[in-house]
Amino acid sequence: MTDNVVLHVADVHKNFAGLHALSDIDLSVEEGQTHAIIGPNGAGKSTLLNVIVGRLAPSRGAVIFDGMVLTGRKPYEINQIGIARVFQTPEIFPDLTVLHNVMIPALSKRDGPFRLNMMRTLDSETAIRQEAEDILADVGLHERRTTHAGALSRGDKRRMELAMCLIQKPRLLLLDEPTAGMSRHDTNTTIELLKKIKSRGMTKVIIEHDMHVVFSLADRISVLAGGRIIAEGLPDAVRGDPRVREAYLGGAH
Amino acid sequence: MNTALISRNDLLLFLGFTIAVLAMPIWLQPFGAAYPDLMQRFAIYGIFALGFNILFGLTGYLSFGHAAFFGVGSYAAVWSFKLLTMDAVPALVFAVVIAGLFALVIGYVSLRRSGIYFSILTLAFAQMSYNLAYSVLTPITNGETGLQLTLADPRHLDRMMGVTGGSPTLFGQPLFGYAGFYFCAGLLIVAFFIAQRITGSPFGMMLKAIKSNQTRMHYTGFNTRPYALAAFVISGMYAGLAGAMLAITDPLAGAERMQWTASGEVVLMTILGGVGTLVGPVLGAWIIKYFENIFSAFNEGILHRTFAFLPDGVEDVVVTVTSKFVGEGWHLTLGLVFVLIVVFLPGGIMEGVRRLFNWARRPASVGRASPRTQPAE
Repeated sequence: MTDNVVLHVADVHKNFAGLHALSDIDLSVEEGQTHAIIGPNGAGKSTLLNVIVGRLAPSRGAVIFDGMVLTGRKPYEINQIGIARVFQTPEIFPDLTVLHNVMIPALSKRDGPFRLNMMRTLDSETAIRQEAEDILADVGLHERRTTHAGALSRGDKRRMELAMCLIQKPRLLLLDEPTAGMSRHDTNTTIELLKKIKSRGMTKVIIEHDMHVVFSLADRISVLAGGRIIAEGLPDAVRGDPRVREAYLGGAH
Repeated sequence: MNTALISRNDLLLFLGFTIAVLAMPIWLQPFGAAYPDLMQRFAIYGIFALGFNILFGLTGYLSFGHAAFFGVGSYAAVWSFKLLTMDAVPALVFAVVIAGLFALVIGYVSLRRSGIYFSILTLAFAQMSYNLAYSVLTPITNGETGLQLTLADPRHLDRMMGVTGGSPTLFGQPLFGYAGFYFCAGLLIVAFFIAQRITGSPFGMMLKAIKSNQTRMHYTGFNTRPYALAAFVISGMYAGLAGAMLAITDPLAGAERMQWTASGEVVLMTILGGVGTLVGPVLGAWIIKYFENIFSAFNEGILHRTFAFLPDGVEDVVVTVTSKFVGEGWHLTLGLVFVLIVVFLPGGIMEGVRRLFNWARRPASVGRASPRTQPAE
């Protein structure tokens, strides 16, 4: 691997009461690249993301981001380092408006993990608000900015969650099936959006079932099956790999 | 444009609230509640509920022990009267600071858990405080008798200034009757203003976000515990302020103020009025205090006069039935009202007001902004 590796998952194992969810995971993601992780259901893809963002502690091994060990840090510290995540089931603020949902991450980026900011009104945060409106226009949710987020469709919730991550301008964006539950049209819009981000140099790790999405976006692909990486390489090489075909055809699919 | 200070909607709400509070002696007349003692209580418990709502309504943490801070505020105020001066300002400051410190300690421990475990922890701390006030802490609380003013109190500041007099004052002005009411009303208005600022600030937004989805807050880079702790301490300080005010209007502090029923009462006030709204908890406090003080005083004589227009036989039946719901039975009525509200209006009285408002508005003007509790963006 070249030396502009920004995320390094080093020899990570994760056991759940004797079940080997992840074994010998070694993964390197280069700066600015889009790295896709594919594999059948239950392969351990989401577990791997959970280890990276600090939701789960690995049983062995470590995750290193830009020379910093992430393992042992809390999720909020990992986010402040510059890693944002889109969840498989959207994690949003359902009781707040779409605009506020997107303003909150921007305030986190500006003010850090805690600030007793009681002297201003939210309405006076015009710069943050403008930023949020721009991002919402990017993802096509500007007209819905005053809606309560809980009332959005599933696809719209996902796009809003993506906007919540993008407004932080993270150095690494983790996407857990970002187009699941979206129509073909919305999926294509999201692909275009993610391509646009790529041109800004944001590194991404993406988990996806939809091969159309994977081959439209990925620079490299790792194939996970049974908690192990069984193949890794450029999209074309992975596409033709017989082990990959076997894992998919012999698996749940 | 002064948007950095206060938005137009907020200003209107604040002005409306201020007028309603200051005009209490007028509009409470027909309800038979326009006497200073009761109106003071309206203001005091309004502040208590307002502060409780910052924790429960905004942040979503249900404390069952806020009466402890109320009681601590009362004790601190009476000690300020005993040791320093009969002036109200040092008593208020002292009470708010002590209650805040007390809340900091209890909140720090209790906020390690959330949900029902948090509630149980706060309840345990409050009951502990209550029982300690009766036992080990008797030198501070004077146990069952309650902490009272005596002629032997040192009152160092008053002595230095050569001031005598045994009742609470504000810069020499005694706080009796209407003076006492306007003193409390002024504090309620200030407390409302601060609560309004908190709700509308970025900090208030973070509290609402914690209530809405704490997981997302963590993955968005927020350390949620100091936010929740700040909300806890602020609401504890509100409770301490209210407790001190009760001690100012009646310089006596007893441990029963810290009992769990008192903690439960502020929960009822908040839910009855509308959790998470600004005006709701205050309304809830007023209604409960009204029931407690006025409704409970209704007797059969009053009922007979009320229903005198009915034929004699019917009147007796009606009075017999309704008498079960007033006087001693006021808890029954309050309980029924509470059940009806929770079942049919989970958002409390404020939700009822909002529904009425929308219903009245819809035919006239379609697409207008929703009322104040959900400021339009």
